[in-house]
Amino acid sequence: MIALLVRDLRLAMRAGGGFGLGLSFFLIVVVLVPFAVGPRPDLHASIAAGILWLGALLACLLSLDRIFALDWEDGSLDLLVTAPLPLEGVVSLKALAHWLTTGLPLVLAAPVLAVLLNLPTAGVVPLIGSLALGTPALSVIGTFGAALTVGIKRGGLLLSLLVLPLYVPVLIFGAEAARRGAEGQDYMTPLMMLAGITCGTIALLPFASAAVLRVTLR
Amino acid sequence: MSLQAYDITVARGGIAVLEGVSLTLKPGKAIVLRGPNGIGKTTLLRTIAGLQSPLRGRIEGAAESRVYAGHADGIKPTLTVGENLAFWAAVFGRSNISAALTAFHLEPLAARPAGALSAGQKRRLGLARLLVTGRPVWVLDEPTVSLDLQAVDMFAAAVRVHLAQGGSALMASHIDMGLDEADVLDLAPYRARATALHDFDEAFL
Repeated sequence: MIALLVRDLRLAMRAGGGFGLGLSFFLIVVVLVPFAVGPRPDLHASIAAGILWLGALLACLLSLDRIFALDWEDGSLDLLVTAPLPLEGVVSLKALAHWLTTGLPLVLAAPVLAVLLNLPTAGVVPLIGSLALGTPALSVIGTFGAALTVGIKRGGLLLSLLVLPLYVPVLIFGAEAARRGAEGQDYMTPLMMLAGITCGTIALLPFASAAVLRVTLR
Repeated sequence: MSLQAYDITVARGGIAVLEGVSLTLKPGKAIVLRGPNGIGKTTLLRTIAGLQSPLRGRIEGAAESRVYAGHADGIKPTLTVGENLAFWAAVFGRSNISAALTAFHLEPLAARPAGALSAGQKRRLGLARLLVTGRPVWVLDEPTVSLDLQAVDMFAAAVRVHLAQGGSALMASHIDMGLDEADVLDLAPYRARATALHDFDEAFL
């Protein structure tokens, strides 16, 4: 099992692995927003939490189709399904590898990019907290979407359409926690809801993803 | 570890392609499947490998004893030959890859990225994967595609060693690889008659 995680991380780090894809997209969005809305620091401060969350979500979405598509193309997926690993474990590890290469760098980069958007200092901790709690859910839900669309040539559009509605609750509670934090209000309630969503998806969706993979590979 | 299939019907895209196929594969034996393109050799092999279930009939023998090698080799171009093999060995709970490298003359290439290999070398790497899995029943789909004569001999030798160790092999192949001990199963008589399906999927076909 660990070998699969190590391989996925190693593949992501090597040339063409797409490690920096999500991170650079996130950077581009956050850098361009101030140019688009104009030099108004007060406005930046009030939209910063939402923009950072939206950027992180779209950056996550960008790399989803790589989760299974590459393994499907070169035949590895067929071989993994017949290997002595539980398929639920395989999809969980794929989601974990996706989070480690996409979600975690976003969480770590967010406080630096928050400065660019003039996020109030009080909002930095809730922003990191909400991203750290919410991005695992994005990876797990995305893995489910990727399992649904594996085998479809250029299924990226379909994948985005399927996954985006499922991302909405995560975005609502994540951005709400970050916004409340930035405005100095109590942010525990949305953060708890977000944690609940993440725990629920991690507990249930790997079974759904594995079942879907078995059907799509037939 | 023997493999038995009783009267199985296999389907591709929801349509039956082969029906009434029965076969018995005992340890130390090999069966070569023959038949024209499109008759369903790949579908039959995928069914026996456990990637899909047969429409009818049953397959006996532990699914955990089989290992499948299809048209695609499951090789990551950015990993080296050694890393690719070590990964598959680890997945199957093993660690020794040197015997597999030797059997297919891959030692000189072990440190090279798999993306830089030729088609025949990639295929040799894909076949070497069979050896690191340690599973007794090989299910192979066109194993000799893009191999030169020398590599075909290499493969035949690997199969012979595998059979001598009590393993078995079921393979689809168009060429004669000099495995005289293998039984030949011609699939042409098993071609499925065109029959209407009576299930929900029918509406979408």
